[in-house]
Amino acid sequence: MVDTLGARAAHDSHPADPIAAMVNADGLLTAEAERAANISDDVLRDLYRRMAICRRLDQEGLNLQRQGELGLWGPIAGHEAAQVGAAMAMAETDWIFPYYRDFAMTICRGVDPGIAMTWFRGLTHGAWNPYEHRLGPLIISVGTQVPHAVGFAIGCKLDHEPTAVLVGFGEGSTSTGDWHEAMNFAGVFKAPVVFLCENNQWAISVPMREQVAGRVADRAAGYGFPGLRIDGSDVLTVYTVVRAAADRARHGEGPYLVEALTYRFQAHTTSDDPTRYRTDADVEPWRAKDSIARATARLRDRGAFSDDFERAVAAEAEETALAMRATLLSAATPHPGQAFDLVFANPPASLLREQAEFVAELEPGSAE
Amino acid sequence: MTTITMGKALNEALRDALRDDPRVLVYGEDVGRLGGVFRVTDGLRAEFGEERVFDTPLAESTIAAIAVGLAIKGFHPVAEMQFDAFSYPAFNQITSNLAKYHTRTQGACNMQAVIRIPYGGNIGAVEHHSESPETYYVHTAGLKVVTPSTPADAYGLLRAAIADPDPVIFLEPKARYWSRQDLDLPAPPLPLDRAQIVRPGTDGTIIAYGPTVQVALAAAEAAEAEGASLEVVDLRSLSPLDLDTLSASVRKTKRAVVVHEAPVFMGIGAEIAARLMHDLFDVLAAPVERVGSATVPYPPARVEKLFLPDADRVLEAVDRTRQY
Repeated sequence: MVDTLGARAAHDSHPADPIAAMVNADGLLTAEAERAANISDDVLRDLYRRMAICRRLDQEGLNLQRQGELGLWGPIAGHEAAQVGAAMAMAETDWIFPYYRDFAMTICRGVDPGIAMTWFRGLTHGAWNPYEHRLGPLIISVGTQVPHAVGFAIGCKLDHEPTAVLVGFGEGSTSTGDWHEAMNFAGVFKAPVVFLCENNQWAISVPMREQVAGRVADRAAGYGFPGLRIDGSDVLTVYTVVRAAADRARHGEGPYLVEALTYRFQAHTTSDDPTRYRTDADVEPWRAKDSIARATARLRDRGAFSDDFERAVAAEAEETALAMRATLLSAATPHPGQAFDLVFANPPASLLREQAEFVAELEPGSAE
Repeated sequence: MTTITMGKALNEALRDALRDDPRVLVYGEDVGRLGGVFRVTDGLRAEFGEERVFDTPLAESTIAAIAVGLAIKGFHPVAEMQFDAFSYPAFNQITSNLAKYHTRTQGACNMQAVIRIPYGGNIGAVEHHSESPETYYVHTAGLKVVTPSTPADAYGLLRAAIADPDPVIFLEPKARYWSRQDLDLPAPPLPLDRAQIVRPGTDGTIIAYGPTVQVALAAAEAAEAEGASLEVVDLRSLSPLDLDTLSASVRKTKRAVVVHEAPVFMGIGAEIAARLMHDLFDVLAAPVERVGSATVPYPPARVEKLFLPDADRVLEAVDRTRQY
């Protein structure tokens, strides 16, 4: 971390990427890499547990939206391994900049699920304090969070802090100018960023083949750093690869692009109707790659999975879903005047006057 | 006391801010070894090093976007857009993120960032180098928008903008970069929300900002020769608008002319006219007049002067208010 921004490393080529050697042609962690990574049974059980809980919360999100309690829900089914694996691979001191579908990342970062859900209930534009969780807000404007992560990472480098930054996005984001600009800035400034493409193969209705020419992972080479496509439904692969990429970033070796290939099992959001662009037959082959079933199989192989464990996780998931619902439904609606409080840290007098007029005009009783 | 240009005053403001606040960063296209195409950042990289004053790739959207990330990290970035119309690629980052991040994070993340944009015409430039984009920015809640008209104001407003915890769009009237003034520096920062009466008068108020303040003053001088006393108000801040100062002036003079280089249609003058009409309906002796460009893309350099406000057009507008 001692090289200055002015003495940027030339990236004409990068040496053989040891992270790429961790996966086979299918993007799966090799047996050798798994041994070398030495991920304990407890860690793998925790990854399973978090995925199972998030899947249950995802179902509860759908339920709540169908019951009219949420304005919108963006299902994460199919993303559990990518989100949980990547978020848990980052050190506590690292930062994460999520996109709107990264609900499981927010849960992994310790945000109360019921509080996180208030965003979808229309109570807030941002449900948590980024500094408390080292987690940026959910960003809807597609791809625009990617250069924020790069800017933050440049700041970490300027502060000579060994911090890595993870940024999540879908493959649709990789079509935006901001994404490419951010990749180039990251390469030029050798910023400590791990780019995580959650390639679920659908940008609402547009399939990957009509969205991405070539492969997302290959884009990194053009920006002077390595990229790797991995099996994004295998949580152990995601965890191990992202952990290595974050270590690399923390050691001043620059950015890394991970393309986690997975599938969006549900609609884009509850406002979407996927029957207009795909069939159940399209989805079915991907169900065989389901992340939770595969984590279960890995744990069974290790002799680290039991019926008791499965039941305990299911019970915890149920309990968490009920608590989430209760927290969400008891969350207060903000006073309309509060919108004015949040605009500026140092609001001009004219805005305070406008606020007073606005509040005074509200029906008697609704103003504080 | 030394005589310095507005460009140099801005340069001194950046230098003093870099010296006083270790979290200030200055970056953009060509701001490092070149010192900026207008030399506003001249010498800063040599003095403060490549970690605090640096060139970026040519990508305005990400120039604005990394200001968001750096501000979250606790830096106070000062980013330069090379020219007015080149800020448009950054528009989404500025309006969707920089302006909204404080709200989006429930006040947790201050966006203490300045986006400097040289703007305005009258320099004989090619397309995209002479525009007045202020209306785009003032229409976005969450941004403060200021513009100086003199070297002294340039210094004081830029120091205040950099020290303010909120994002500031700092519009620099490039035709005034070479204007000179005697200054004692360093000088205290100026408030970011106050207009300034730059010439007192009694028979009408000319409201101007940035590049048109000089035009307004020239018009007032010419009017004085003809026996009319015109007050000139320099807005300094376009968002918020200092309506108290404007209202007090027009309450006294009963007539107002707003002058800007931007097209009249939906310009700053429209908001000011509406406010004055609402607040001073019984006081105004004539409708508020507006002088600005036509609703056309910024014209080629050889004809730009036909579209830019000049003293004659301002005086014609003043006459309309006086003959109403």
